[in-house]
Amino acid sequence: MDWSALQVSLSLGVCTVVLLLPAGIAAGHWLATHRFRGQALVEALVAVPLILPPTVLGYYLLTLFGARSPLGAAFERLVGQALPFSFAGLVVASAIANIPFVVQPIQRGFEAVPPEVREAAACCGLSPWQRFRLVDLPLAWPAVLTAAILTFAHTLGEFGVVLMVGGNLPGRTRTLSIAIYDRMQAFDDRGAATMAAVLLAVAVTTLVLTSLLAPGRARRG
Amino acid sequence: MRGDEGGGRRSSQRWRCGSLVGAALAVAVAMAQAQPPAPVVAAASDLSTALPEIAAQFTRETGDRVQFVFGSSGTLARQVRDGAPFELYLSADETYVADLASAGLTRDGGVLYAIGRLVLFAPTGSPLVPSRGVDDLRRLLTERRLTRFAMANPTHAPYGRAAEAVLRGRGLWAQLQPSIVLGENVSQAAQFAVTGNAVGGLIAYSLALAPGLRDRGTFALVPDTGHPALRQRMVRLARAGPVAERFYRYLQGPHARAVFERSGFALPR
Repeated sequence: MDWSALQVSLSLGVCTVVLLLPAGIAAGHWLATHRFRGQALVEALVAVPLILPPTVLGYYLLTLFGARSPLGAAFERLVGQALPFSFAGLVVASAIANIPFVVQPIQRGFEAVPPEVREAAACCGLSPWQRFRLVDLPLAWPAVLTAAILTFAHTLGEFGVVLMVGGNLPGRTRTLSIAIYDRMQAFDDRGAATMAAVLLAVAVTTLVLTSLLAPGRARRG
Repeated sequence: MRGDEGGGRRSSQRWRCGSLVGAALAVAVAMAQAQPPAPVVAAASDLSTALPEIAAQFTRETGDRVQFVFGSSGTLARQVRDGAPFELYLSADETYVADLASAGLTRDGGVLYAIGRLVLFAPTGSPLVPSRGVDDLRRLLTERRLTRFAMANPTHAPYGRAAEAVLRGRGLWAQLQPSIVLGENVSQAAQFAVTGNAVGGLIAYSLALAPGLRDRGTFALVPDTGHPALRQRMVRLARAGPVAERFYRYLQGPHARAVFERSGFALPR
């Protein structure tokens, strides 16, 4: 059992959620409450990672940020570390891959809030920020939680882009799903079986926790 | 009453939010501390049993640790070019080392450390008889018993190129096309050869001798006159540190050479 791989997987999941959730809430709220020219295009772009093969994302990240590209070289001079083959690079790749998993549920959540409720809140003298914080967000909270869990779970299962951009570095970019592949190739079927079971257990636990933490459930209990 | 409920829910949400951010920070801090100082060695996958054995002895003798990433030599060379933080690169094919050296990514031209050998492997119960050589595939073709045949991908795996040369040399390449399954590297090809409904495959001798495979089939060496020699060269990459330097020297020492020889490699003179 490769514990460092489990740690990398869990860290990647948490970092992706923390990075993506605030942006996802802002974008989801904007898309749900505004109508603007080119909205269809923006929504299509948000959904693209759903149907894009992970190898396409991997290809672009490597060509844009690899050591051989001017952008990659500039980034390395600035930060002192290249983006590919680093944990930060994985977080970036995983954040892009997860945009639809965050934005879409949250947008649907905000769309489900009746406009009259917002109007009533405005009539009561609440500022836009207060309306968002006291009305929209609490009502859409289950959607936000769903988005966070989906993103976390999806990140644990990410494989192609992690292998391409991360490069299977032990303790740094070797996630549990990569470690399973690695163990299989080393003919360590037992190791692969243990890790597959752990990943399955983590996935089920995550989903059970979600339904236990969901506000709806808490109120009923 | 209703107002109280709302307030309670809000504070519990804040608590949830806070604990999530707290957990994230804790994990981030743990990650920063967990950055392993051990140098990463990128190695051809035919070394996946020999190298860990050598490294274990190296660690016992010096106290220094190294870590490995195994893959096809071509994939690893590509990753070196894209900026992967490897310190040593052990290729199964010296042309990749020459390419990296001329691109200025290595310390020097490196050294030859082993010569790889190709074997014909047949899993237990397969109709293929490895001791009869590659030509036994022709018999299976005429008997229509050739299901799948595994080898590494010749576009970036040296053992794949060697396998292709052998099959072309025996005039079997075109006929075998519908049956061939390509592994991403020779380790995966070996995996396919034992598990994938295959009559067998052309894989590395070093893998056929490994504990996971040795007991699951029979194999025979393919004459090395049938393919370009698998001249395996290693090189220190631009970022090689002192531990990588020591391991590089250790790999040329008597203990490492003995392990290579025992693991199915010929030694360079």
